[in-house]
Amino acid sequence: MTATGKTPLIIARRAFLLTGAAGLVAASLPLGAVADAADADAAIREIFGDKPLNEGRVTVDLPPIAENGNSVAITISAESPMTRKNHVTRMAIISPRNPVAEVALFKLGARAGKAEVSTRIRMAGTQRIRAVAEMSDGTLWHGSASTVVTLAACLIG
Amino acid sequence: MATIRIAAPDTASRGEIIELKALIQHPMETGYRSGPDGKAIEQDIIKSFEVTYDGETVFEAELKPGIAANPILTFYTRATASGPIAFTWTGQNGETWSETHELTVE
Repeated sequence: MTATGKTPLIIARRAFLLTGAAGLVAASLPLGAVADAADADAAIREIFGDKPLNEGRVTVDLPPIAENGNSVAITISAESPMTRKNHVTRMAIISPRNPVAEVALFKLGARAGKAEVSTRIRMAGTQRIRAVAEMSDGTLWHGSASTVVTLAACLIG
Repeated sequence: MATIRIAAPDTASRGEIIELKALIQHPMETGYRSGPDGKAIEQDIIKSFEVTYDGETVFEAELKPGIAANPILTFYTRATASGPIAFTWTGQNGETWSETHELTVE
């Protein structure tokens, strides 16, 4: 988005808050490519298949407030003994609001020693970031954390 | 040539879990931004990252536009034997960047 494109979006958001006109906001979203919760679910299914998603064992660490959505530090970790027989095989970061719901997918092995990965991600607005871990026995575990973004990625150069 | 920074211990005791940090200078252009002329800036991202140690892949990552510019990854591995730990990044157009770090296991 350019600086000139920023203003109408902000106005539209305010209008939405005042009038609740959902159509206004939908029409003004950049590229119409912003994912929503359903897209996040679809992304998880695409990566991990249809197995049940259990709550717990996965922790997402995010700052409660991020001033700049272009770079937000994140750490995802899963509880696992990380032995040959019982370890985490894959971990994914999923964003419900970014244009592409899948942010990253990590593949680990027994030799990872510890199921923990840190990186920096872009966030297109305030949202609850989700993480899914797949264990070597095939079970899926899910955790999430939310961050308030004051200046979203995409809106700034 | 992109600047690469690796933070890893030079020595470790056998069985110890060591932290590895890898950073590469790259814009990770999302393809969702437009330039000053109003035209969309073409996507240019690093697609994958792989770490091999002692002849075995110990960590792999698939990166999407949601990863911030100059991607940094912090992860762990178990020290098993002395040898090189090799880090390789692959861009969306097939370009690759590599760096190795020698680890001595006592």
